[in-house]
Amino acid sequence: MIIDILSWILVVIGSVLLVIGGIGMLRFPDFYSRLQAAGITDSLCSITILLGLTLHADSVPLAAKLLFTLLFLLLTAPVASHALAKAARHRKLRHWSPGGEDIL
Amino acid sequence: MLAFAAIAILITMALALVRVIRGPTIYDRIMAVNVFDTKTVLMIAVIGFIVGRPEFIDVAIVYALINFIAIIAILRYFEYGDFSRGGRGRGVDDPEVKR
Repeated sequence: MIIDILSWILVVIGSVLLVIGGIGMLRFPDFYSRLQAAGITDSLCSITILLGLTLHADSVPLAAKLLFTLLFLLLTAPVASHALAKAARHRKLRHWSPGGEDIL
Repeated sequence: MLAFAAIAILITMALALVRVIRGPTIYDRIMAVNVFDTKTVLMIAVIGFIVGRPEFIDVAIVYALINFIAIIAILRYFEYGDFSRGGRGRGVDDPEVKR
């Protein structure tokens, strides 16, 4: 019972944060800030949704597979974000400064 | 509960697709495709639980691996102009040119 409620709470929190991160990806004025919003959806929402599903799982091998997926996403999503930021920085993509127009 | 999560993941994927179409630089598009693919992994897991076939998580693991390798490969090509570091050194000329 408590485990069901906890899994429900985690999944709902993850879903709400997903939509918020998605809206942020559209509304931020600069590539680097949009990358931050995308990174939130990648790592934080993966944690909450996959942990909520792990609590909901029937058998131990299934929970182990879900935790392995979560571990892999946690290890590789920050690397991908860093590689994106590094590539953009090497090609001298400019930053947005407050008061400037949006780089939409 | 899981249907709510599936709808939220679908909304986020749609927003990422808007950024793919709209993004003024290439890096916006690559980032949005990365987000789309990560949400695909979550979506496969959630749909597996909804229809009662949790075996789909194996597909989700494989797709997470494929997504990571694809993003890193595309970024290496755009940064170095070649898939290896000692490449021609000619990447995308101007990242702000709309493509």
